[in-house]
Amino acid sequence: MKITGLIIVILVGGLLIYAAADFPAWSDPASPASTYLSPHFIEKTIEETSVPNIVTAVLADYRGFDTMFETTVIFSAGVAVFVLLRTFRRKEPEIRHYRHVLTGVTIRVKKGGKIPPSDDFERIDGLWTPPDLIIKTVCRFLIPFIQLFALYVIAHGHHSPGGGFQGGVILGASIILLAISQDLRTALKRIAEKLDAVLCAVGVLIYAGTGALCLLLGLNFLDYGALASVLHVDPITARSHGILIVEIGVGIAVMATIIWIYNNLSSGGKYNQGL
Amino acid sequence: MLWPIDLAILTLVVIVAIGALMVKDLLGAAILFGAYSFMMCLLWTIMGAVDVAFTEAAVGAGASTVFFVGAVFRTSRRTKD
Repeated sequence: MKITGLIIVILVGGLLIYAAADFPAWSDPASPASTYLSPHFIEKTIEETSVPNIVTAVLADYRGFDTMFETTVIFSAGVAVFVLLRTFRRKEPEIRHYRHVLTGVTIRVKKGGKIPPSDDFERIDGLWTPPDLIIKTVCRFLIPFIQLFALYVIAHGHHSPGGGFQGGVILGASIILLAISQDLRTALKRIAEKLDAVLCAVGVLIYAGTGALCLLLGLNFLDYGALASVLHVDPITARSHGILIVEIGVGIAVMATIIWIYNNLSSGGKYNQGL
Repeated sequence: MLWPIDLAILTLVVIVAIGALMVKDLLGAAILFGAYSFMMCLLWTIMGAVDVAFTEAAVGAGASTVFFVGAVFRTSRRTKD
């Protein structure tokens, strides 16, 4: 079986390399893609959308439909992981463990027992390893800066590399860093499961809703020029603003999906203390 | 342009990719895959596709490595074949 696989891989790989020889040379100005499509984007993007970063304009405006379904694919991935892994345990376990944060004393609470409602106790599962003090502190310092940078990446996507996808992933990664450096329950206190799931859908809704709004205002789906009458700007600036709205939607959806997948994956769907 | 760097990174991409396939320890494979993504990110940067490189660095080297490590922790670390 392994040898059959190897033969197939070598055959297909050889075929791909053979086909790659027929490609036009890298950055060849006479190649089919560079003769009519690329020059249009390079010359007209700033006139038509007033967005300096051509990649962002192509991604969110000229090919906005494609990006909308990319966001939907990411949303579907989050839903798939949720459906496959999440287990809802109706009953509380017989014995729960709580840890007194200041003294490190662990107490066992039998079913029906209660602990005094205070922040001094944290819920733990059977095995508990202390989060390293240095890692915990450094991550606490770093996370706000990571999040600030993520917001910058989303907001500055018009002028520099970046945009909704990258910014959203970085935002999600900052929460994952919190979950790794401490435990999953700490991260869930910041972004609860329900809020996360709702944000996932809200991101996609912002994208599709912007498109539908353009349709209602009398132009094509995702033709942001239609937003000019709503935003009180000229149609070209409206396209720039439309791209920003859509990027924010992508950012929210990607951030929430990354966190959602991580939560389900790291705790095996049980939402306990995680890794 | 920059052909020595280009060649060095391309060689590393191939070595890391084969390493990720051959290694028995799945955690090691996940880390090697992260290294592969990072090398690809450098390649995109050399080609001038900075947006793609940024995405590769954030998604490939960052988020997906975390997912792989999480999955390895929840399943088994040794591969059978």
